[in-house]
Amino acid sequence: MSPKSKTDIPGAEHSATQTLTEKEAFFEYLIRLADDRLILGHRLSEWCGHGPILEEDIALANVALDDIGHSAALYEYAAEVEGEGRHRDDIVYFRDDVDYRNVKMVELPKGDFGFTIARQLLFSAFSYFLYERLKDAEDEQFSGMIDKHLKEIKYHLRHSREWTLRLGDGTEESHDRIQAAFNELWTYTDALFYMDEVDELLIEKGIAVDLNDFKDEWKQLVTDVLEEATLEVPDFDQFMQSGGRKGLHTEHLGHLLAEMQHLRRSYPDATWE
Amino acid sequence: MTTATTHTEDEIWSWLKEVTDPEIPVLNIVEMGIARKVEIDGDKVLVKITPTYSGCPAMSAIEKEVKLKLAEKGIEKFEVKKDFSETWTTDWMTEDAKARLKDYGIAPPEKTTGDDDFLKSLKSTKVVPCPYCDSLDTELQSEFGSTACKAQYYCKECDEPFEHFKCI
Repeated sequence: MSPKSKTDIPGAEHSATQTLTEKEAFFEYLIRLADDRLILGHRLSEWCGHGPILEEDIALANVALDDIGHSAALYEYAAEVEGEGRHRDDIVYFRDDVDYRNVKMVELPKGDFGFTIARQLLFSAFSYFLYERLKDAEDEQFSGMIDKHLKEIKYHLRHSREWTLRLGDGTEESHDRIQAAFNELWTYTDALFYMDEVDELLIEKGIAVDLNDFKDEWKQLVTDVLEEATLEVPDFDQFMQSGGRKGLHTEHLGHLLAEMQHLRRSYPDATWE
Repeated sequence: MTTATTHTEDEIWSWLKEVTDPEIPVLNIVEMGIARKVEIDGDKVLVKITPTYSGCPAMSAIEKEVKLKLAEKGIEKFEVKKDFSETWTTDWMTEDAKARLKDYGIAPPEKTTGDDDFLKSLKSTKVVPCPYCDSLDTELQSEFGSTACKAQYYCKECDEPFEHFKCI
């Protein structure tokens, strides 16, 4: 990659990794997408049996299944792109927290129902705009996968939007709780739009997309929903957390992985069959 | 011992029709559009299937059922492959299958999944007729039912809760 062919992305980190190949970048990109969805899916699965009402218990378990399903397909493809004979499970169960590439937002403990719904709205809206653009990527298997997942993400967005309205414009307690959740989660939203040399290289190849292209649309959608829900929209220009994409995580990820990975690490040959 | 070479693709398609969705036993995987392709190469049979929902646990059951069916019919060499190149849509479901779905008590998916204007439609909920009494006086209770592919509705006319096979 010649320096002059670099796309000028504001905020992108220009590291010394000039030797990054397309294969390495694509692998990393798939892992970032997959890690977000696996960790969020795991957090949602923690609601199973604890939902506030039966319908929501089932709904969140279904969304968790979708997210974990999306990550499974992405990991499978990442292993194929890498071409070193790794199985998707090796990537999931035998990596430590520093090797995970998910944003911090998805690893935060599930909190109360309002916190979960707030996170779902912020993340689903981001996924919707991202996937709307990625579905035309110049890689048939990848774009096919994205197109399929997008259909399910629409239901996730619809679901979290409706619950944000209900809780925000509900009782004083539900309003205050979901407002507190949005206030806390807000500082984690900027990291969703993090880009570096991985994105740069893949944007050039027609696979990745510039996240800045839809940042305003995402802000608008989230703002509209919050206002309709009688909630205050937190300040977009405030201190923002970062680090997830580079392997810097909160203390919560290690605990989550310990629980998720312990069986497979204790019994490496265990399968679900 | 029979070998695949003596069988035709049509014959294999007819066997696949004997495999039903474990969650919705009134539908087989051909009319649902899950079985996409049958190829015979010498004595080897290749069946391509397209997953419905990404996290659907029924898919691995279906994959296993297809393998068992082929083995039961005496095919020795076969491969069942998941194909992502085409995106599964409820538009692939046959009209006959939709009618049987309704008889079974599940409101079938609507005719088309076209929703280019999704962000505008985000605010409107669809009217789904009750599969029991055809009343339009129904309400959505949850976007997710007993499985990811179904939403939970309630009919205010006949007081029956029912499931709707979502349109994707």
